[in-house]
Amino acid sequence: MLNYTNLIPLIPLIPLASFVILILFGSRMKEKAAYVSIGAALAAFALSVPGIMMTLKHQSVHMEWIWLYLGDRPIKMGFMIDSLTAMMLFVVTFIGSLIHIYSVGYMHGDKRFSRYFAYLSLFFFSMLLIVLGDNLIMVFIGWEMVGLCSYLLISFWFERMSAARAGMKAFLANRVGDVGFLLAILSFFWMFGTVNFEQMAEKIHQYQGTMLVIPAVLLFCGAVGKSAQFPLHVWLPDAMEGPTPVSALIHAATMVAAGVYMVARSFFVFHGNIEAMQVVSYIGCFTAFMAATIALTQTDIKKVLAYSTLSQLGYMVMALGVGGYIAGPFHLMTHAFFKALLFLGAGSVIHGTGTQDIRQMGGLMKKMPITAWTFLAAFVAIAGLPPFAGFWSKDEILLSTFNSPVPGHLFLFAVGLFTEALTAFYMARVFFLTFLGDARDKEIHAHESPLVMTVPLAILAFFALFIGLPGSPMAGHWFQHWLQQSFPYMHAHEIHLNFGVMGASIFLALSGIGLAYLMYIKGTISPDKVAQSIRPLYIYSLNKWYWDEIYGMFLIKPFLWSTNALYAFDVWIVDGVVNGAAMVARGLGFLQFIFDKYIVDGIVNLFGWVTQKSSRIVRLVQTGIIQNYILLLVVGLALIVWFKILENMHAVL
Amino acid sequence: MNVIQSFPYIYPELILVAGGLLLVLLDLFISNKRLLGYGAIAVLLLSLLPMNPYTHGAEIFNGMLIIDRFSCFFKIFTVLVMSLIILISQDYKSLMEKYRGEYYSLLVFLAFGMMLMASAANLLMLQLSIELVSLTSYLLVAFNKKDARSSEAALKYYLVGVIASSIMLYGMTYLYGLTGSLSFHDIFSYFRDGTADSVVILVFMLMIMAGLGFKIAMVPFHWWVPDAYEGAPTPITAFLSVGSKAVGFAVLYRTFMMVFPAFYSDWSSLLGVLAIVTMTLGNIVAVSQHNLKRLLAYSSIAHAGYILVGVAIGYTNWAQEAILTYLLTYYLMNLGAFIILIIVSNTLNSDELEDYSGLAQRAPGLAACFALFLLSLTGVPPLAGFFGKYYIFAAAIEAGNSNPFSYWMAVAIAINSVIAAYYYFRVIRQMYLVEPEDMGVIRQPLTLKLALGLMVFFTVTLSLYLSPVAEFIRQTSSMLTWY
Repeated sequence: MLNYTNLIPLIPLIPLASFVILILFGSRMKEKAAYVSIGAALAAFALSVPGIMMTLKHQSVHMEWIWLYLGDRPIKMGFMIDSLTAMMLFVVTFIGSLIHIYSVGYMHGDKRFSRYFAYLSLFFFSMLLIVLGDNLIMVFIGWEMVGLCSYLLISFWFERMSAARAGMKAFLANRVGDVGFLLAILSFFWMFGTVNFEQMAEKIHQYQGTMLVIPAVLLFCGAVGKSAQFPLHVWLPDAMEGPTPVSALIHAATMVAAGVYMVARSFFVFHGNIEAMQVVSYIGCFTAFMAATIALTQTDIKKVLAYSTLSQLGYMVMALGVGGYIAGPFHLMTHAFFKALLFLGAGSVIHGTGTQDIRQMGGLMKKMPITAWTFLAAFVAIAGLPPFAGFWSKDEILLSTFNSPVPGHLFLFAVGLFTEALTAFYMARVFFLTFLGDARDKEIHAHESPLVMTVPLAILAFFALFIGLPGSPMAGHWFQHWLQQSFPYMHAHEIHLNFGVMGASIFLALSGIGLAYLMYIKGTISPDKVAQSIRPLYIYSLNKWYWDEIYGMFLIKPFLWSTNALYAFDVWIVDGVVNGAAMVARGLGFLQFIFDKYIVDGIVNLFGWVTQKSSRIVRLVQTGIIQNYILLLVVGLALIVWFKILENMHAVL
Repeated sequence: MNVIQSFPYIYPELILVAGGLLLVLLDLFISNKRLLGYGAIAVLLLSLLPMNPYTHGAEIFNGMLIIDRFSCFFKIFTVLVMSLIILISQDYKSLMEKYRGEYYSLLVFLAFGMMLMASAANLLMLQLSIELVSLTSYLLVAFNKKDARSSEAALKYYLVGVIASSIMLYGMTYLYGLTGSLSFHDIFSYFRDGTADSVVILVFMLMIMAGLGFKIAMVPFHWWVPDAYEGAPTPITAFLSVGSKAVGFAVLYRTFMMVFPAFYSDWSSLLGVLAIVTMTLGNIVAVSQHNLKRLLAYSSIAHAGYILVGVAIGYTNWAQEAILTYLLTYYLMNLGAFIILIIVSNTLNSDELEDYSGLAQRAPGLAACFALFLLSLTGVPPLAGFFGKYYIFAAAIEAGNSNPFSYWMAVAIAINSVIAAYYYFRVIRQMYLVEPEDMGVIRQPLTLKLALGLMVFFTVTLSLYLSPVAEFIRQTSSMLTWY
């Protein structure tokens, strides 16, 4: 019987098959390659649907198989779909499929068209491994592979030096985090004897308090790398060198959220672990605030969105850190929709105008109406205006922060609120400068993008507006109850509405938008004058807090210097040792050769000489080296027999 | 079981004989020899049908042959090896077209001989089946009649083989004289009753060991290996390194386990020492090789040493499973490596290491596959070869309480893995880091690509998902014994 559980492996395997096909035959398929990849993405989506439906009925699906035996101990691997996974599956396969379709238009005419789709399929496979894996090893395999795909796709146009460098930077920053992740896996395996999530959650009560702090923080290091949290955030803005659909899929909606997912999945490690939670929440809060301030002054539309992504990821991480294990994933989902939409909209704008600089745009509302209206939908969603998606999830985060057990939670709450105002302001700024007013650069002749791009935009816009509703009080917090299934070890508590928090958040969002309106539409406040009056702060934000320069000065320079020093060390000392070792090995080989040549041959020649003199028959057999072999064989056997007999005699005596 | 009752048990063998004869006949009429090759593969695969890997075991033909799970495993293994050898011979250029029909039928008869070896339970049967396999192998090694190296290799192989074989026969005759029987069971019972002079029997046992050691290329009976491997047609080299060696191990293990359990402490420690010497010598000499066929020859000696550790440990379940697992993984990666050699030598007419310079640029897929096999041969986790080594290693450690010497074997395996890495990596280095001298296209015929694909697929699959195979081996590794 065809059991759904047995079909689960197909969800990641179909995209993998697509990758294999495209990498082998893609170049012959030309642009038809996209169909394979889109088909695989849609198939993965279709196969996920029954699993998602089962979680709606409060069931979860779990399949596992024995990977290998270590002695008699079976090592298991498995796939699991519970509500948290179902949410991620929905986000990844649904948004992923739309972005696949959108890419057909965006990448049209690129010379590595099929290669692009091959990478997308590989990314799909790896991301689904992370989402479906029921243990840390599997997550880690997927984790490394999404990193690889991210690297390949960021530097997809590797002819551009900046793209190649950005890929490298992303890869390196991720590696730093991964070291922590790997150490965390090892320490969990050491502590629990398993890395399966369910089994670890059952055994977690054996370890309380400080023992868990370091492993939890190490685990969080992985999330810091992948979700681009301070201090490893520097790679994400540069990652915008990749094609825009990639920025939308990997660097906004899914992969960068994997860190948040992973922390939520292993939340049992953080729960009640106040020190670790403090680390998580403060890093998240700082990232959210820092990135938002940078986004205020950027002029490249993708850079603004990149910093906005950083800021929103910081929000999610802060939510998890303050104990909002539902709020974080909830925001992850709403954010995936509106941020993917923002990026795709930006992609459409870039496609239509040929520039990424918002100072050159303006008045695109008339020329690109679908893009503009869908962008507006995303803007109201991220700015946190009720009743759109971002409002509900952000409110949930702010509420968890307000009620958190973490020390200093009110400070976090205040920063969170302020960041909300900043978010509303910079998003309004982007929207106003891009779509409203008059066209500033007359050279640009914008045109609306083809249907293959605008239809995904429209679909995403619908979700960006309304995906938050299942988590709203109107729906009785249905989403929260549903997600609670994935956290059986947590005590579910009622959500009490706090109209004060809600009101403050709405007020700040509106005032941010209002300020932007005054500055960029009405012109009552001149942006230049504002910049002049707070010039040091303005420059500081414009230069992204000088993080790249600081890292360059204090990390990269000394590192390069030390590599040179180590290189010298290598040349003089290590190579010496290695060469010495090689010489020993070669020497042994040579000794063997000498032994063969002189000793063996010598004996053989001696015997040969004797036999030569003594027997004609033996001389006939003497065809050169072969006699050598036979002789050695016999002598060898004789020696063995001799030793064995001696040994036995001793035993007898 | 008498002769009539026994026939249903040897359908696989009968199919091979009938199929082989049919191929000889068809060779007269069919000029497209490629068809004969596929016919031979079909015959081999057909012989799989009547096999029952979960058989309860039976002694047939009045105790001449034993049908048990252990022998069945090796019969399946034989079919796997031989059909792949035929597949990769299809596009091996150096074989003369005219004689290919003969060649394929010889390979089928060879498979027949190997199956008999796997289930022999009588010294006469043992000798006959080994002779059948050996004689056919001599012919096949010499198959490139026009190539002097091939003839030379065959002659050397033959002469050493004959000596080893006669020593073994000599030992057997004494054993017969002593016990009055050729049957494994009778000889076992004779020893169990313990009336014989143990030192004398020991000598006979060692003589038999010499003959079997020749088949598995154990030091000091390995001298023929590099020359024969280098001169033989490459598919036959692949056969010698995997097929002939595997059944050699089957026979060695069965003979020592069934006939000489009374002398366990003697042969266990001896085989242990020889295992260590074999792996060490194979690895050290391989380091200085410049011809890839010779390099793989020495490496195959080293691998024989690892497997020998399993035989030396002997009676534990772990050891049995380890031997079978190791042979299976070794089959995949070693044959894979030889397929690469065939593809490259078809175009370049060379097996020299320096001609592999920059293979990664000339044929990236090929180089990647080769690297995979070499890494697997090295035993890099989590590739298939790692599990083979791991199982042997674990078996040695597990036996440590009852057999202190096995710790030394474990240590030797660990040290040897490091030495082996040196020369395998040297090949990878040559392919990836040295610039190619010319960029000529390397022709990759479909059959070879298919065979390569199969090997890569199973190497990777076994790396990721070993458990069904491990489970199969766990269930099939049991052997009929009398104690």
